[in-house]
Amino acid sequence: MLLIACPWCGPRDEAEFHYGGQAHVAHPDDPAALSDEEWARYLFFRDNPKGLFAERWSHAAGCRRWFNAVRDTATNEIHAVYRVGEPRPVNS
Amino acid sequence: MSTQPYRREGVTGRVLRFRFDGRDLEGLAGDTLASALLAGGVRAVATSVRLGRPRGVYAAGCEEPNAVVQIEEPFPEPMLTATTVELYDGLVATGLAGRGRLADRPDPARYDAVHAHCDVLVVGAGPAGIAAARVAARAGARVILADERPEPGGSLLGTTETVDGGPGRAWAAAEVDALAALPETRVLRRTTVIGHYDDNYIVAVERRTNHLGAAAPPGVARERVWRIRAKRVVLATGGHERFVAFAGNDLPGVMLAGAARTYVNQYGVLPGRRAVVFTTNDTAYAAALDLADAGIEIAAVADVRREPGRMWAARCAERGIEVLTGHVVTAAKGEGEVTGAEIAPRTGGRAREVAADLLLVSGGWTPVVHLFSQAGGTLRYDEGLGAFTPGETRQAAEAAGFAAGVTTLRACLADGAEAGRRALAALGFGAPGVTVPVVEEEPAAAPAEHLWLVESGDYGTHFVDLQRDVTVAEVLRATGAGLTSVEHVKRYTTAGTAHDQGKTSGQLTGGVVAHALGVDVAALGTTTFRAPYTPVSFAALAGRDRGPLHDPVRTTPMHEWHVARGALFENVGQWKRPWYYPGLGEDPGEDMEDAVLRECAAVREGAGAMDASTLGKIDVVGPDAGVFLDRLYTNMMSTLKVGSIRYGVMCRPDGMVFDDGTAIRLADDHYLVTTTTGNAAAVLDWMEEWLQTEWPDLRVRCTSVTEQWATVALAGPRSREVLAALAPGLAVGKDDFPFMTWRDAEVAGIDARVCRISFSGELAYEINVSSWHGLALWEAVMASGEVTPYGTETMHVLRAEKGYPIVGQDTDGTVTPQDLGMEWIVSKKKADFVGRRSYARADTSRPDRRHLVGLLPEDPGVLLPEGAHLVSVSAAASVPSSVASAALPAVPPVLPVPALGFVTSSYRSAALGRTFALALVSGGRGRVGERLYAPVGDDLVPVTVTSHVLYDPEGARRDG
Repeated sequence: MLLIACPWCGPRDEAEFHYGGQAHVAHPDDPAALSDEEWARYLFFRDNPKGLFAERWSHAAGCRRWFNAVRDTATNEIHAVYRVGEPRPVNS
Repeated sequence: MSTQPYRREGVTGRVLRFRFDGRDLEGLAGDTLASALLAGGVRAVATSVRLGRPRGVYAAGCEEPNAVVQIEEPFPEPMLTATTVELYDGLVATGLAGRGRLADRPDPARYDAVHAHCDVLVVGAGPAGIAAARVAARAGARVILADERPEPGGSLLGTTETVDGGPGRAWAAAEVDALAALPETRVLRRTTVIGHYDDNYIVAVERRTNHLGAAAPPGVARERVWRIRAKRVVLATGGHERFVAFAGNDLPGVMLAGAARTYVNQYGVLPGRRAVVFTTNDTAYAAALDLADAGIEIAAVADVRREPGRMWAARCAERGIEVLTGHVVTAAKGEGEVTGAEIAPRTGGRAREVAADLLLVSGGWTPVVHLFSQAGGTLRYDEGLGAFTPGETRQAAEAAGFAAGVTTLRACLADGAEAGRRALAALGFGAPGVTVPVVEEEPAAAPAEHLWLVESGDYGTHFVDLQRDVTVAEVLRATGAGLTSVEHVKRYTTAGTAHDQGKTSGQLTGGVVAHALGVDVAALGTTTFRAPYTPVSFAALAGRDRGPLHDPVRTTPMHEWHVARGALFENVGQWKRPWYYPGLGEDPGEDMEDAVLRECAAVREGAGAMDASTLGKIDVVGPDAGVFLDRLYTNMMSTLKVGSIRYGVMCRPDGMVFDDGTAIRLADDHYLVTTTTGNAAAVLDWMEEWLQTEWPDLRVRCTSVTEQWATVALAGPRSREVLAALAPGLAVGKDDFPFMTWRDAEVAGIDARVCRISFSGELAYEINVSSWHGLALWEAVMASGEVTPYGTETMHVLRAEKGYPIVGQDTDGTVTPQDLGMEWIVSKKKADFVGRRSYARADTSRPDRRHLVGLLPEDPGVLLPEGAHLVSVSAAASVPSSVASAALPAVPPVLPVPALGFVTSSYRSAALGRTFALALVSGGRGRVGERLYAPVGDDLVPVTVTSHVLYDPEGARRDG
């Protein structure tokens, strides 16, 4: 079980969190302006890297805040956590 | 001592009586079931799973592959190893053939769980583990020392080695007692660490009363699961001896050399009278000498090597033990048990048979790297050991002692102490002044020679995995079939997949595969180690979370009333909802069908009331609440007037229906939205996710108020007069209180919010009061004498008659509002809302999408099963049927039969006087009037497609 450092609460067991998939996939500002393919890419396509991955987590059984984490999908090591709206840290 | 003919002379203790396979036997306190069986002369303990061959005790610990038993008394427990069952008075057990039997009665024992944190967790209280723990603990670190056995000492228990000038076993006991007395150190005995997970999360199982049998005190949990987060972990898990593949190496009487040594030294049991020893390394000599000192005749030592350790050869010579170097045991001889060993020069030549009732084998020792590997550690091959040892790990963990590939007692003690010091340094503790225990210098061991199998023309009884009955012949079949990976061979042969997870056989299998393929063992690698290290009972994992505590139960304030009236309940999520009320009509023996018809008729003809308190309720508050709801619902919510109510549907970005409910506007900046009972938490999650991640600029707060309100749904043409009597101050006239509005009122003297909404098509109200007053309101409604209580089944029938879908029953995440026939709920005016863009996708406008339609079985008495598939006429003709042939046109079969859809809801209707169903059917709205067939069992049930609204399509009943 991962030990995840919630940016608001500090390190907590993974069981308190809810996973939210890839981070930085914003809902398009004007979906009507997108082609079917562009909209389908937003709906259905996500990265699946082996290595560093910026992803969303929610501290569902804690402060209920969403935040982002950069996790190495091959080792499960979390390299950075940061709040919604903050840019992905450069070195992670 | 005649009951224990193989008990070592002079060994005494408290006598324990037990029964095995119907035989009454005796053992001594401190025995395991295995040692007691050996003392009693029981050789064949179990039967092999596939071949039915007799099997005896092979090892002395959790790695045992053979002696798998079932405990019958005091409480049935399957698939235990006799080597880990501590003997107690009254134990009744039987040997198994690879499969156990679960208890046929509930387990009366309690199980529990503990969560703990520590600075240093040491796994294993052998020499290295004790050395690490004492260094860490003396520095003041919080230490947990966990060991699977009842007594600390690990390898010291089975040997005659000395530490600090005294017996190693006594040293270990004293050291661990001293550790247990330290305030910040916890010693967990009989505790197996079964899993090592990310970030040093450790799961261990402590067996607290198993060893007491029927004498276990009732107030103590039998087993406890420990979930430990450790800053540093030291894995001092020792090693397991492995055997060699030769003919008949599974006969009772064949035993690992180290195990035999343990039986002699720790348990005072002679595993035989006359032994042959077959070894690839020096460690079996110590066993041979200890056995000889205990009075067992050592008939011969067959050493595959040309040059054994000199000291060992000399000591054997002193005792007159014949050492045959460069020899192998080619076969264990005997019918049902060992009576001799066939020994031959390794390079070939004349074999000779040596009489013996015990054949000791040592194929070398394999470090226990399971936990290290489970947590992602890499392994590297150690040429000297012929086994894999720990490499790199990303956990704050390290192996110590033999688990790290360190071989002598002195080196293990030093290595453990170093591991303890490194842990302290990493945690910032100062190093304590701890003296290193004194151990005699051990002579250097001669190199081992890694022999995996003794070559033969017939590999049919050269076992590599005893518990799975896998032989070299089967491994060769696998490699002959082209398998070149140990993982594939494991799956093909099942080697390593049994209860023991290949503890004695894994490395041997790898060696045999490498031998067969002519590749390097190091390059071949190992299979993956996964938790649990040893089997765990489900009861232990469940702990207290079983029975009523398995999952929280949510009940409404009116629950006791429903229970008292004999309601049956339906589970909706964690809620208990009244399902129907049998016996409240004239017929006390009423069944579900009759009760539901009665309840439905009462609502359609008079008045009924349902406890609707479980509906999810969320307060949405803030200046931007209207904008926010406009973005989440498909229809417009910002234009809703204060005092009014609007039905809404919420979709995912892909346009599929996610939930539905109503929005009640309480004030300009305050809505109360309702959700389906099962989706309340998911809808709140959904709202919070969008607010936090996409629209943080919106000034909105969402709060669950589901449990703050109790709700009574009052429905039926007579509901207005019932409400009027209960709320004399409320103007209930059709124009005073129109449909889809709400009023604050006093109902039965209770402050209430009354909503005029309907989920049945009838004139209906939902009366909401503070939860505290829910029961009082319900009782007041019932006291009117005019109202029939109804449950969720009736609610489902009534709404289905009107074609109202239930999200999650009539939808499954692939259904749009348009599919449900609800184009009207999807706003054309709003610039955007979640899901809008998806309605312009080609897929959502396909004409063959599944539409919600009604179905009328042609036989009005036939009730279709929910989930039944639907096919069309031409396809139906191809299927044999008991349906009248006139109903089936003779059309050539078209295979495969295309499935057009399926039944989502199906009921008997009191109002329609017949059965009906809702279904999702491909192009369904274009099929109204068409005949389809539902294959049910061997029958094809003809049905007619209709509109999904079957009752009061004009909506004439809404206003009463």
